[in-house]
Parts: sequence; C-alpha cells; structure tokens
Amino acid sequence: MTNTQLRFTKKHEWVLPLDEERARIGITNHAQEELGDIVFVENAEINQQVNAHDSLGVIESVKAASEFYAPLSGEIVAINEQLEDEPERINDDPYQDGWLVEIAYNKPQELETLLTEADYQAFLSEEE
Amino acid sequence: MGSTFRYLPDTAQDQQAMLDALNIDSIADLFDDLPTSIRLDGELPIEKAIPEPLLMKKMQQLASKNTNANQHSYFLGAGTYDHFIPSVVNHVISRSEFYTAYTPYQPEISQGELQAIFEFQTMVCELTGMDVANSSMYDGFTSVAEAAALAVSSTKRSKVLISQAVHPESRAILTTNASGLAYAVEEINLLDEITNLNELQQKIDQDTAAIIAQYPNFFGSVEDLAQIKQIAESHGALLIVSANPLALALLQSPGHLGADIVVGDMQPLGIPMSFGGPHCGYFAVNKKLMRKIPGRIVGEALDANGKRGFTLALQAREQHIRREKASSNICSNQALNALASAVCMSALGKQGIRKMAQLNVEKADYMAKQLSKKGFNVINRAPFFNEFVIKLPVSTNTANRKLIEAGFVGGFDLSMDYDMADHMLIAVTEQRTKAEIDQFITVLEAL
Amino acid sequence: MKPYHSLIFEISQSDRSAVDLPESDVDTIELNDKFPSHLLRETEAELPEVPELQLIRHYTALSNKNYGVDSGFYPLGSCTMKYNPKLNEDVARLEGFSRIHPYQPEETIQGALELLYQLQEDLAVISGMDAVTLQPSAGAQGEWTGLMIAKNYHRQNGENRSKVLVPDSAHGTNPASAAVAGFETVTIPSNANGRVDVEALKEHVDHDTAALMLTNPSTLGLFEKDIIEIADIVHQAGGLLYYDGANANAILGKTTPGKMGFDIVHLNLHKTFTTPHGGGGPGAGPVGVVKELTPYLPVPRITKEGDQYRFDTEEPLSIGRVKGYYGNFGILVRAYTYIRTMGPEGLRQVSESAVLHANYLKKRLEPYFVAPYPQICKHEFVLSGINQKKLGVRTLDIAKRLLDFGYHPPTIYFPLNVEEALMIEPTETETKETLDAFADTMIQIAKEIEENPMMVLEAPHTTVIGRLDETKASRKPILRYTKHE
Repeated sequence: MTNTQLRFTKKHEWVLPLDEERARIGITNHAQEELGDIVFVENAEINQQVNAHDSLGVIESVKAASEFYAPLSGEIVAINEQLEDEPERINDDPYQDGWLVEIAYNKPQELETLLTEADYQAFLSEEE
Repeated sequence: MGSTFRYLPDTAQDQQAMLDALNIDSIADLFDDLPTSIRLDGELPIEKAIPEPLLMKKMQQLASKNTNANQHSYFLGAGTYDHFIPSVVNHVISRSEFYTAYTPYQPEISQGELQAIFEFQTMVCELTGMDVANSSMYDGFTSVAEAAALAVSSTKRSKVLISQAVHPESRAILTTNASGLAYAVEEINLLDEITNLNELQQKIDQDTAAIIAQYPNFFGSVEDLAQIKQIAESHGALLIVSANPLALALLQSPGHLGADIVVGDMQPLGIPMSFGGPHCGYFAVNKKLMRKIPGRIVGEALDANGKRGFTLALQAREQHIRREKASSNICSNQALNALASAVCMSALGKQGIRKMAQLNVEKADYMAKQLSKKGFNVINRAPFFNEFVIKLPVSTNTANRKLIEAGFVGGFDLSMDYDMADHMLIAVTEQRTKAEIDQFITVLEAL
Repeated sequence: MKPYHSLIFEISQSDRSAVDLPESDVDTIELNDKFPSHLLRETEAELPEVPELQLIRHYTALSNKNYGVDSGFYPLGSCTMKYNPKLNEDVARLEGFSRIHPYQPEETIQGALELLYQLQEDLAVISGMDAVTLQPSAGAQGEWTGLMIAKNYHRQNGENRSKVLVPDSAHGTNPASAAVAGFETVTIPSNANGRVDVEALKEHVDHDTAALMLTNPSTLGLFEKDIIEIADIVHQAGGLLYYDGANANAILGKTTPGKMGFDIVHLNLHKTFTTPHGGGGPGAGPVGVVKELTPYLPVPRITKEGDQYRFDTEEPLSIGRVKGYYGNFGILVRAYTYIRTMGPEGLRQVSESAVLHANYLKKRLEPYFVAPYPQICKHEFVLSGINQKKLGVRTLDIAKRLLDFGYHPPTIYFPLNVEEALMIEPTETETKETLDAFADTMIQIAKEIEENPMMVLEAPHTTVIGRLDETKASRKPILRYTKHE
C-alpha cells in the first residue's frame, strides 16, 4: 500500500479520495488481522445517506463480528459486490480488492479530520 | 462427612489430603472471603434429605395426584397434543452420551449430537419448505416473538401485525418482547374463525415489518397463506407463519406459499405433553435471512484430511459474540427435544408422517360431522386439521367437569381468551378411537 | 467397532418405516374434497425411511461419537457439568408428570402444582428472595425476565432508566439480554485483583442506572468481597442489583444473593441443580425477586389457598408472559427431586466440595500455567496460557490435546479479560483420583509444549475427526442435507 493520499480513522477504516466528490472506504490491514478469517460482510446499501461515524455494516469472522463506520458524510454510490461471494478479499488485499464502499461525500472538510498514515501508525503503537 | 450423599464422593481422607495440599486446616478457610455479615448462621430452612427409595415413593404419590393420559382420553389440544410417541424415541434420548453433554463446542467429540441436529435441521426444512432451519428454540410461542424481533431488525420497520387467530400465548409473549425492544404490535380481528383479510389490508402500511399468521390457526382452521402473502408482499412486509409440523405433512408448505420465516413447536412429533414443557421450538427462514437467524445452527465442514464432519456454524450471529449488539439473547436451545423429534420423524418416515396426519384429519372430521348430526353447532367455516370449535348448551367449564367424571379430558375453554362463552376447542389426534369419540359425544348430549 | 459415517438420509430406502400405525376406524377422507388444492402439498416432505433396527443402530452409532458427563471428566468452566442423577430422569418420566396437559382443570393437576409451588418456596429460600417464577426456560431468558421486571418497576416509579451496568468478566448473555430488554450496556472494568473496580463503578452509577448485573463468584471464580459496598452504591442511586446465578454452585447454604443485597436473581437449574444439559438444552432459569418487585413477576403465578394450589393471572403490574405455559416443567421436576435428595446439609456440602476441588486442582496446576489471580477461588478458576503462547502453542491447541486423553476441555478464551484463558470448573461430583489424573495430564501437556509442541499443535490425534475448517463452513455454509442424484 502506502498511497500518500490514504487517510485513516481510529476505528481502523481507511479512506482514499478518488476525486473531489468521491472516496473509497475499506478497513485497514491491522483491522483484518485482528478479525481473522473473514466469512461474511453485511455491507451498506447503494443510495444510503450517511453521516460521519454512522455504522455502515458488519464484518463477520469465524468468531467475531465488528461494525464498520462511515468516515465521511454523504451518499453510498458503490459497494464492492464481490465481497458477497469472496469476503476473504478483505484478508487477502484490504487496501485494493477488499474495499467496502464508495461514498459521494458532501463535507470535504471532514477529510481534514482524518489521520495520515504516520498518525495512524503512531496511534496503533500507542494502543499496543 | 460425605458418605451419606451418593453424589458426593469425597471421603474424610480425601478431604484431609486436599486440605493438606492447600496448607489449610478446614474447608471453612476457603470461604474466608465471604464478609461475615452475609454468611448464613445455620442450615437452609428447607426439608431434610430423603433417601432414594422413600423419595421415589413420594414422587410417585405426587404424580398420582394428576389426571394423566394413561387413564383418561384427551380431547384437549390448543398447542399441546396427546400424540403417539414410538418407543424408540425415549430409548435414543436416554443414551447419556446425548443427554449429559453440553452444547457441542468441541466438534471432535460431539459429532453424534452435531450430526443429529444437522439431520433435524434438514427435516424441518423439508416440512416447512424453507432454506435454512436452526437447531431449535425454547418453544413455539417464544419463537413467534423471536421471529417478530428478526423481522423488525432486518426490515428496520417498527410494527408487526398479528392475527387474533394466533395462539393467545404467542401473542402474550410477543407483547412482552415488543415492550422490551420497543416495536408496536397490532392485532387483526377475526372474521368467523379466521383472520379478517379486509382488516389486514387496511392496517398494513409502510411501517409494517411483518404479518404473523398461524397455520392451522388456533381454532384448527387452515388460513389461506397465499392471500396473506399477497397483502404482505404488496407492502414490503415479511410473512411469518407459526405452523404445526404434523399438519405440514399434508398441507402445502409455508415456504412454497411465500413465507419468509416459519416457526412452531415440534411437540406433536415425539415430545411428551409434560405439562407444557420442555417442548421444542423450531425456526426456519429463507436464504436471505440465513445470517440473521437467532440461536445455534449446525453446518457441514471438512477436516484437514477431507473427511466430512459437522460443527456449529455462523457463530458470529450469536449473543456471546454480538453482546450488546445482539438482536436475540437466546443461548441454550432444546437440543435433546430436537433429537427426540428427529428420531420420531425418522421412525415415522415419509409415508408414516402422512398417515399419522391423515388419521388426525379423518378422526377430527368424523367427530365434527357426528356432533353436527346431533345438533351441535360446529363454528369452523374454513377447512380444519385436527381441531375445531363447537358451541355448547352450557359453559365449557361445566361440560369439562362432566367429561372428567366420564374419563375424558375435554376441550379448551375459549371464553378465557375470546369473547366466546360456551365455546369449546376440541382436538382429535390419531390416539382417539371411534369408540372414545362416540362416548365423548354421548356425554355432551346429556348436558 | 465399525466406523460409521452415514447420514440417516443416506441409509433411507423407499417403503421402509419404523412405525406401524393402526388403520383408520372412521370414514376415510379424500384430502382434495376437504382442502383447496393450493393449500395441499404437491411434493412429499423427504423424511428418511428406515426400519426400526437400522434407526436404532444409526443413533447408537451417533451416540458413540458423543461425549457427555457420563463419558468422563468435563471441567467446563461456568457450565457446572456435574453428575445428572438417574433418579431425576425416572421421576420426570412418571406418567403423572409426563403425560399431563398444561390446560387441564386445576383440580386434576394438584400434584404438579404442589411440586411447582414447593420448588418456588425452596428456590426462594436458597436464593434469599421473597418470591420466585419458574417460567423462564434458560438462564438467558431469566436475565431478560429480570431486566424486564427492573424496567417496569422503574417505569412504575415514573423513571425511564436506560442503562444496565455489566462487569467486563460477565457472560455474553448479560449485555445481549440488556439489549433485548431495551437497555444500553455500560461495561465496568475489573481491578488488578480481578474484582469489580468499585471506584469505576461509582463513576458510572447515576440516576440513569436501571441495574447492575453481577455474577458472584465471578467468572474468574472470585468472590466479590466488596459486595455490600457495591450493593449500597447501586441502591443509593436508585438502581437494582441483579444476580446472575450461573455460579451459584459455589454458595449453596453458605450465603444467599438476598443476604448479599441482590434484588433479582436467576438460577440455572441445569447447572447448580443437576438437570442435564441435553447437548444444549432444555434448561430452566427461574427468577426470584425481593418483596418490592413481586408484583412485576410474570403471570401466571402459582399460589396456594388453604390446601388447594391454583394459577393466579390477575397481576396488573406483571410484565406479562415470558414463556409458554409454566416453564420447562420436566426440568423443574428433576431439580425438585435433586433438592429433596440433598436437603440443606447436602446442598451445603455440594458447595464446600466444589470449592475444595477447585482450589486443590488450581494448586496442582499453578506451577505449570500462569494463574493470574493467585488468591483462593470459589468453585472454578482461570488459568492463562500466555507462557505456552510464547512457545507457539495456543489455548485452543491445549484444549484439542486434552481430547486425546479422553477429557472434555475447560472453557477457553473466556472470560475476555484474561488472555489465552482456560476456565476450569471441576464440580463436587468428581473423585480426588479424577482430579489428580486430570492434573497429571495437564502437566504432561505443559511438558509436551516445551519438548514436542507439534504433538499439541496437531492434536487431536485420536478422535473420529480432526479439526474442522470452520472458516469455509461459515463462508459457504451447508446447513442441511441435499440429495445428490
């Protein structure tokens, strides 16, 4: 990974702005490692309006279930439909193939509140 | 100490050896962490221990104070029925490898239980016409409330509609459940003895998560699920059906008629009446709801050598993982009774279960026709399975007293839950003979 | 014995059956004449067709692949896997108990009502409560019942308290039951001694606290010594104290939840009172309450007038019904038989022996596994496999290795606040020889981990099946048999 555009949340989501209006969302490598083998994703729905910090769905592993949250406010415009049959994509490639949703965000200023990769790594080592 | 209680094996020597190992003088030292103010002074004020031979006698005496189905002929149903239970059922569930086991969290030493439940799930799917069934619920009534909670959480709507032709206890438990989870419950009135579809049409709206109907309904009549499904579907609501699994041997499966969730109680298939419990709820859903189904569920899996086995599956749904995010708190189930009903269904088999259901239809039909001939009004307008309602010249209570004297346990008193004074709900299972039916009618005629 | 791998559907052959039903003695009915055709089955339900001996062999083969308390030692923490007395089974099967209907007239079921009434009284004494309902069919249902009682009680007092406090060592059902009763859960951390952090509790308790749910002794097997102070803190804020009775096997005849200051109690009859776990159920979870909460108990209640027992449904403040009929009667009969067998002295000795056994076994294992809480325990204790984890062996592996020695493993990875937890509850019904043999085995496994870890990592070696691929089973679940043509 290490795309300098990537931003992070303390709840272990990543955000990749695709353009001025649209961003892709997923969970971090750390998050997928913590969950273990992912078996199912209950994803958000297209056209769903969300506020930052709203729950978007649930990721289930064999013996855990974890919600993931919207890092930005806006509308869900795409979901990764391949996760329906192959949730293991999140384990295999959390930053590319394992993306979760795309949001048309309407509060660009929220991007400023997210963590840079360095911040996120620092946060992780604090949590240890 | 210890020697007088057969379940407590420690000898004085054993205790001393353990105390020595712990470097303490007495067992009392192990309770030092109890604040003195909360310790009990003397023994618990309950009855002294009773040795086994005397206790068995005492329990037999207590049991003999109850009128039971060995002495009397039961025409009482209303959710619990006197059906034939093949001897094999009790023999299988009495194998203590089954009944003294815990939930099969260690699949390597629980393959027997896991496979039996997997087979049970398959049989429930076959009868209900649904894609997925769980390993069982507390009972049929609580399953109705669990189904409603599932519908509310999965549709994100706030109201359920339930027919008054659904068992009164299902409706009562649903009301309790709804007050906890804060969703609304509206009842749909009866038209004669079936659900009033016009009223249903009027009351359903965009907030309706589900319609709940019973099949056959509380009065024995077979509701037209196809029509109810149409109403539900046109408003995006789910159809929940509470069904008698024995009736499903003959009736079109609710799954085939479009049900989204089918629940009920396996009691008619292999489980004794036992004063109302333990029975065994079942819970089946279509594929869409598979990952939302409450309770435990068994799935097939392979080991490293490719050998087929069974294990608890989809555990991420369960309360011990979801904790405060859970939509159901069910933990234990009724596994042993699920096993009992699986054995019963296997013993009956594909043909036997139909024959048993057919006997129920025929005997109930015969009795209703005989009663009509003798001038009793049979209330049911829709076709019924093994129960129907009649109007009596006296209160049901009075009739039941006479019936008990004559060796019968009479039907359910509908005045308790409905505005139906002097109406009796009569159940006729395959256990009843023509002679018993005729004698029962003779007693009613003499009222 | 010959290995057996078939599903019952795979040994099925058309036109076989294990039941001979009588021919009809009334007129036959053509179903199409009675029911509309769209409400009749077009295809038959595919139930298996097997003769009686093959059916019995099938289930006997399955039972041989199953492990229960009667098979061997089952030290599953917080589950109280003690002996299930055979007398109880015989009593529950008496026809006067098993073949009676819940809606029979009261005068025809006086024996059943007397038993239920007496059991209510006994459980009230044992728990130190004023009244008991037998309706809940499991511990989790008891929790929900108790919390609904708390909810309605606060509402009656004009308060909408929204929070239930739960320690971090609590059973997963506690927060789930709180959610289903419509409460928010607040988690209270444990202190370094594994007990409720009283200072943290004080910070979280306020006028919005409906109840604190507590298991005492906790799932760590530790008695909450500060229980009096904890009760005061909660009560002073107007909250109620809920006792999760999962671990009541430690306190019988020594103290009661009532004495500790609890207001609501559930007891798991399938744990403390020897009713069998049945492979997952049925159980029973009666709930007791103090006098002030009695009007909120579920209906119907069983009461006594003169020498007659009856149902009481007229309770305007009742939370309503929680379960069909009057609870899992067959289970209640077993528990009642057990209480009569043991009497007060026997029940006290149950807890004394359970606690002695746990401390003894803990003592024997402490040199080999980390015991995060070294003080005396009650009926169970928790070890941590962190040292073994450093050698690459997880608690799960230890559990699987125990299977090779013919033991059911302890509860693992619970409670959540102990890393690599092994929660061990030996119960009072085991002999010292059994405890010693189990300790020897655990010690041997600890040595294997140092000397030959593959032996443990690849366990089990002797079971009918190896570790199953649970990931695949949850990704692409196969939840029923489908016939392959």
